[in-house]
Amino acid sequence: MIRDITIGQYYDADSVIHRLDPRVKLAFTLIYIVSLFVGHGPICYAYAAAFLAVVIVLSKVPVKFMVKGLRGMLMILIISALFNVFLVQGEVIFRWWIFTISKEGVRTAILMVVRLIFLVIGSSVMTLTTTPNDLTDGMERSLRFLKVIRVPVHEIAMMMSIALRFIPILIEEVNKIMKAQIARGADFESGGLIKKAKAMIPLLIPLFVSAFRRASDLALAMEARCYHGGDGRTKLHPLKYQAADYAAYAALLLYLGGMITMAVLLP
Amino acid sequence: MNIIEILHLIHEYKEYDENETETETVRAIDDVTLSIEEGSFVTILGHNGSGKSTLAKHVNALLLPTGGTVMLCGQDTLKTEELWTLRKNAGMVFQNPDNQIIASVVEEDVAFGPENLGVPTEKLEKRVEQALERVGMTAFRMNSPNRLSGGQKQRIAIAGMLAMKPKCILMDEPTAMLDPVGRREVIQTVHELNKQEGITILLITHYMEEAVDADRVIVMDGGRLIMDGTPKEVFSRVEELKACHMTVPQVTELAYELKKEGLDLPDGILTTEEFAEALWNLH
Amino acid sequence: MELTLKNVSFSYNPDAKEPKYAVKDVSFTIRDGEFCALIGHTGSGKSTLVQFLNGLMEPTSGEVLFNGENIFGKKYPLKTLRQKVGLVFQYPEHQLFEETILKDICFGPKNMGLPKEEQLTRARHAMELVGLPESYEEKSPFELSGGEKRRVAIAGVLAMSPECLILDEPTAGLDPAGRDDILGTVRELSDQEGIAVVLVSHSMEDVAVYAERLLVMNSGTLVYDDTPRNVFRHYKELEEIGLSAPQITYVAHALKEKGFDIDDSVMTIAEAKAEILRIFRERNS
Repeated sequence: MIRDITIGQYYDADSVIHRLDPRVKLAFTLIYIVSLFVGHGPICYAYAAAFLAVVIVLSKVPVKFMVKGLRGMLMILIISALFNVFLVQGEVIFRWWIFTISKEGVRTAILMVVRLIFLVIGSSVMTLTTTPNDLTDGMERSLRFLKVIRVPVHEIAMMMSIALRFIPILIEEVNKIMKAQIARGADFESGGLIKKAKAMIPLLIPLFVSAFRRASDLALAMEARCYHGGDGRTKLHPLKYQAADYAAYAALLLYLGGMITMAVLLP
Repeated sequence: MNIIEILHLIHEYKEYDENETETETVRAIDDVTLSIEEGSFVTILGHNGSGKSTLAKHVNALLLPTGGTVMLCGQDTLKTEELWTLRKNAGMVFQNPDNQIIASVVEEDVAFGPENLGVPTEKLEKRVEQALERVGMTAFRMNSPNRLSGGQKQRIAIAGMLAMKPKCILMDEPTAMLDPVGRREVIQTVHELNKQEGITILLITHYMEEAVDADRVIVMDGGRLIMDGTPKEVFSRVEELKACHMTVPQVTELAYELKKEGLDLPDGILTTEEFAEALWNLH
Repeated sequence: MELTLKNVSFSYNPDAKEPKYAVKDVSFTIRDGEFCALIGHTGSGKSTLVQFLNGLMEPTSGEVLFNGENIFGKKYPLKTLRQKVGLVFQYPEHQLFEETILKDICFGPKNMGLPKEEQLTRARHAMELVGLPESYEEKSPFELSGGEKRRVAIAGVLAMSPECLILDEPTAGLDPAGRDDILGTVRELSDQEGIAVVLVSHSMEDVAVYAERLLVMNSGTLVYDDTPRNVFRHYKELEEIGLSAPQITYVAHALKEKGFDIDDSVMTIAEAKAEILRIFRERNS
């Protein structure tokens, strides 16, 4: 059933990583990305790989789900590898017609690809182990300081959680409208690009009309339930750090410290 | 004691044409005076565009009067600065079950109202629990609202109101989009709330059967109150109701038709048993 | 016209060991000019069933035949079928999209590839059938009332000149006046235009007045296929599956229990009135 679809790619399991505060996982993603740019050379990347491996094992998420995110990135990986291989100048090891491959090129290409792979898997850890709602909560809390410079953090978070609630409903709506128009002889499949785009009008207009109607209904319902912005709002499940969260922060800092030390000491 | 006091309420809105110029002023509510006693169950009937929904929205200040006054629990809606302090007294359940659920988990949706009121976390938990129990939806606490039936969604919406601990609940055609089973669920729930918790209920509906058990029935037409009384009194006036495009329960209409043919039946028969009894007495 | 469902079933997991069925082994035929009602509580499979009838969903087993031909056969023109078997979904006003009512109603005929003139003739005729005045032609569908919008949507399907019209709860969310309007229109279509009608409804009172045949669905199977009068004799069984009979049927049974010599198969106000008056007349004479 279409209403059962999950937004994002949350993998339901009961693990240490799943139970961590979403803010910790946001910090993990950030720190891990930073560490990838700080580090250079095979030893640093082996270190990063080991750390990631530990996290993945702890998360109980099957590796195949982690790797899934890479599939979409495949083209980008190949292109960036090719660019590096052919365009970086240096000691030539292979030459054919106008193509030259240098030792430095191969080296940068490998590092680049490894870095990207780690980056994608590293951020998958967060999205796979945190529900979109927790993620929204975590972002709202972590980014609260931005309110000082007038970023409407609460409003953005509220919008995100409403979007999460309504996306499945709107997908179902698309389905319904599509069927209704097919029953009136509409054709969404045949024809060229322009004809297909034109065929979308009977689908898109009712969809927008419905989305606006829902939005105005919802706004009224929120007002009736005393919504008046984020000020003075309490939470049913406020985010609260547990011992494990502090431990995780400590581990993250140790990891980053280790990476910086290596980057400085190694040539 | 009266929980709602409406005095000479007038509500007008302006219509515009494509060039944004004013074309006409529409009077949706035309001089309505009405008071609702605390703890009563009142049903408002009227066809589409009769102004019943507009009237209800004035009670919790979703709309403000063009003229006249509306008082909820002694607070004048026009003179209240922070309207949410007033709205917590009057929860509102709307027609479309999907468009009033805000969160993706049932318990979080129920908590939305009291969260806005700043109820401390320790107490929130308890309020959510009680509200869900009240509407018989405890088992669905951690579910996604998307997988519930229409009737269940409306009960969640009611729980969301209860969690704010309101004195009164306004229901704007809460059963219009439900099937008969869902309708029964919802109507039964509100009757229980009225009887057991003493919450004032203002139920707007198209379904006459839902008006039969009310303490009081109000009929609106063209922005005015045209009838106001017990269900028996109102449903005795079959011709008038029909004149403003309303129907009556089938058994009431049958008794009315028979009376026209000369059978000496009492006015305003509302239930099957009543009808059988009255007819037997005649026999 | 003859539209037949032959042993159709539908399952989301047909290959599983114990497949769950949304529709299970349903057969019936709809013929020209018939006015059928289809009832069943939410989730009984009736929405799936109506989508079989115009080929929007394909049953996992069984056949759907239009004039004897399998509509899911190779090269069967489903598009033509959908013109002949018009389906009006629940809340059909949500599908309106054109700037003017006339244009919106022309959408179906346009998709059929009819010439412009013919499109307009058909659209105007459809407007007349649903009782929309000519002055509405150039109005935007979005500025109408709920009941009017719904009539525009129904006209949009009628403009394709269907031989069979399926309406999925066409009165949902309307007030009593709107309900009577729409049902009156549908009845006229059936009586005067000879269109076969399948009306999905929750209102037993409406069904008793309008339908000549009643199909009752419960958890995917067809449990009754008879005249409303005969089906409502089983009012106790109907209650067990979450349905009911019209209030009048209950009145008749209550009177019988009291000791009145009343025909307890009455189901409309007019019938009950005649029957009760007969009893009183007989007593007086």
